[in-house]
Amino acid sequence: MSDHEGQNTNLFAYPDEKGHFGVFGGKFVSETLMAALQELEAEYLRLRRDDTFQEELRRDLSEYVGRSSPLYFAERLTDEAGGARIYLKREDLNHTGAHKINNCIGQALLAKYMGKPRIIAETGAGQHGVASATVAARFGLECQVYMGSEDIKRQSLNVYRMKLLGAEVVPVSSGSKTLKDAMNEAMRDWVTNVDNTHYIIGTVAGPHPYPMLVRDFQSVIGEETKRQFAEQQGGLPDAIVACVGGGSNAMGIFYPFLEDRSVRLIGVEAAGYGLATGRHAAPLNEGTIGVLHGNRTYLMDDEDGQIIETHSISAGLDYPGVGPEHAFLKDVDRAEYVAIDDDEALEAFRALNLLEGILPALESSHAVAYGMKLASGMGQDESIVINLSGRGDKDIPTVARIDGISIE
Amino acid sequence: MARLSTRLNEIGDDGGKALVAYIVAGDPQPQTTVPLMHELVAAGVDVIELGIPFSDPEAEGPVIQLAHERALRHKVSLSQCLDMVSAFREQNERTPVVLMGYLNPIESMGYENFAKRAAEAGVNGTIIVNLPPEEAGGLSVQLKSNGVESVYLLAPTTTDQRAAMICEASSGFVYYVSLKGTTGASSLDASDVREKVGQFRKFCKLPILVGFGVKDAETASAVAEVADGAVVGSAIVKIMAECESDDAELFARVGSFVRELRAAL
Repeated sequence: MSDHEGQNTNLFAYPDEKGHFGVFGGKFVSETLMAALQELEAEYLRLRRDDTFQEELRRDLSEYVGRSSPLYFAERLTDEAGGARIYLKREDLNHTGAHKINNCIGQALLAKYMGKPRIIAETGAGQHGVASATVAARFGLECQVYMGSEDIKRQSLNVYRMKLLGAEVVPVSSGSKTLKDAMNEAMRDWVTNVDNTHYIIGTVAGPHPYPMLVRDFQSVIGEETKRQFAEQQGGLPDAIVACVGGGSNAMGIFYPFLEDRSVRLIGVEAAGYGLATGRHAAPLNEGTIGVLHGNRTYLMDDEDGQIIETHSISAGLDYPGVGPEHAFLKDVDRAEYVAIDDDEALEAFRALNLLEGILPALESSHAVAYGMKLASGMGQDESIVINLSGRGDKDIPTVARIDGISIE
Repeated sequence: MARLSTRLNEIGDDGGKALVAYIVAGDPQPQTTVPLMHELVAAGVDVIELGIPFSDPEAEGPVIQLAHERALRHKVSLSQCLDMVSAFREQNERTPVVLMGYLNPIESMGYENFAKRAAEAGVNGTIIVNLPPEEAGGLSVQLKSNGVESVYLLAPTTTDQRAAMICEASSGFVYYVSLKGTTGASSLDASDVREKVGQFRKFCKLPILVGFGVKDAETASAVAEVADGAVVGSAIVKIMAECESDDAELFARVGSFVRELRAAL
């Protein structure tokens, strides 16, 4: 795209010092937060090279989270698709059941090093809230989690789990009462309590330096994948597939492969009821460029620039924006972004249970669904890796309801 | 035509203090806004800050969030906000109007288109809450070439280095956000404001107006002692919410509140 011409062609050079990925990213926040973002950036850039910090992070990822997570060759799923060999990166086996913990451990350590005794987080389905509450307990930090009142109704299990972990769940009843509004409210809290509080954003969105630092903390997924694939199969996979809401699990597995240009990177957005219906959460497929939650990116808005309500069966993908680095990778044609609708995701959810004995999150089921389609059109000498970003225990009530089964 | 600078300088030269009132365009009804703007002027307001309704007003406290929601129930768009300013200008050429809002509706309209239409409508300045000067290059060029002034914010957390840059980038005035928090969060601390405004004066040739904690005559008067004027938002919007369905009462109560503020400055 012409907007990006003349820029650095090395994809590891992003973001630039102002937090831009080409025309995307940046720091679009009120003045009160600028000092906090500058402090966070300076502190992060220092700690990124600090051996003590890195050692502490590595130890917690290993001994607390349980990393490395396995790269698993899914033989029966491969047979079912009838094409490329399908590997699953098992982020569902992490402590708390998803990739979210990788970032939360990193940011809780940041908070500790910055001397901030309190953390806040926003959550949609509750996974990032649970991961934040978990690390708060682990590091002895006070924790408040903002959650839309609609989401609280839909995710009572995770709400209670956060309470068990000692966090306070704060209902947000403004706007659409979902994830985006929870993020607004967390920003408002941060503006007010910026002196003693660190805001753990759960995805690769928000103002700089969040998209960069969340990506860095999640890149452990891609680094392990690269090493494990070389050991198990040799060489590089032909494609990597991951679901994209805000995009942190996808960015984490993509990032170490950005300069391995033979590897196709494919992000899977939520097509909800179908792209044609307009009721989906696929800004990279159908959105326009705009500014929300501190960064310029693709988002879902109407002709007046108002953010519109999105839909996905998976609460974790139900977000109107997307991380700015994904917007950039789309525009420079390094990554491809496709969409899978609710029905296709459900079908993949069931297939993985039946064929591999693995219960995937509905988010991850979007990646599984596209991965199977992709594999079936590829040769048996080719390989793909699907990022299985989380486990699906939390989704059992949703699926049971669809099946008309009461499990109360 | 730099009506904002001109007007604020006139007020300052006369030894006066500026009273700025904030309302959200289209709250509670689209037809309320233009008559209310005239009422505000009649009651003593020097500058009108007109809020552009947005679905995700992340810097606002609950009172102003609800005003955005009320306006959006009537689907009040940026385009309609500009029409309201045009309508106001039919009877008032003197009072500066500053649009305050968030960047996305402006991105959606397009910077060049917005700047031209704003100037044509008689808008004198903009305050874009989530647009610090570092990101404002493209928009500020368009606004400047159309004679619309860009007002930027200073906060309690703003460093000296940033304050100098922000004051350099601003025109018309700079807006000091008097507390760490959202609009209407609590009352400002007069001695804090005195200290910070005093510090910012070292960098700033422009008038410094203070908002985000000015609730009543008392806080307005405290602000006037140290700054060049006060911005009152949530306190007015709260009254409007209380008499949402009765325009006559709304005008009377807002008018009398603004007169109290005027008398205190």
